[in-house]
Amino acid sequence: MIEEDAAKVDALFHALADRTRRDILRRVLAREHSVSALAAEYDMSFAAVQKHVAVLERAGLLAKRRAGREQLASGDVVAVRSVASMLAELEQVWRGRIARIDALIASDPEQED
Amino acid sequence: MPVTDVKHDLDELTLTITAEFAAPVERVWQVYADPRQMEKIWGPPDYPATIVDHDLTPGGRVTYFMTGPDGSKHAGYWLVGEVDEPRSFTFRDGFADLDFNPVPDMPLSDNAYTFAAHDGGTRAVYVSRYESAEALQQVLDMGVVEGASGAISQIDVLLAA
Repeated sequence: MIEEDAAKVDALFHALADRTRRDILRRVLAREHSVSALAAEYDMSFAAVQKHVAVLERAGLLAKRRAGREQLASGDVVAVRSVASMLAELEQVWRGRIARIDALIASDPEQED
Repeated sequence: MPVTDVKHDLDELTLTITAEFAAPVERVWQVYADPRQMEKIWGPPDYPATIVDHDLTPGGRVTYFMTGPDGSKHAGYWLVGEVDEPRSFTFRDGFADLDFNPVPDMPLSDNAYTFAAHDGGTRAVYVSRYESAEALQQVLDMGVVEGASGAISQIDVLLAA
């Protein structure tokens, strides 16, 4: 992984490490929300929710646009898929282990059948 | 290929892998019950694992380190939960220092391994759940990833042997 990608991944995982941010992301992936509508969903200040939105934006998971006085936020599906790519990476670890188990069992000198 | 199914749950950060092995359940269990066998399969070829403590009983600990190509050592531990020999066991997998003290603030994963007789062999289901996406990344950063084509070809050599 090149440095720039590593920094991106750091920001991505920091953003996703928080339950509220994951919840915000789920909402904005489903459809565009105004930041004030999002803020109304949580038992925290508007500023706190705005901060969460900013973290998601910096990680590239969310994009904002202005519509009059409203700030509208929507999720970036492609960026979210990179979490999938992390799980996919882990899957490769598992496939390696499973292949080694298979090889180990196949190398048994005394097979029962 | 022994892997028959893979499920990724992005919300729950859970990976579920199903594999089928051409051996009885007891034989697959042995891979985990015998530390010398387990270390053959746990680490990728360029990060071989050495198992130090091995107590696969409820509340027991398994400790290990993996040695990277540059000689760096990465230690981890299992805290064993439930054990139903030879059908299933659960454990938390975490990072440790080289004296095998758990490293605080480092991610843990919860794992459940299940083995069942199937079609004359064994169906194994591996479930790993990470507490956060950061945890998942740190696990990957630890060097347990074997995406390198070199590692893949070594597996092929093993399988062809």
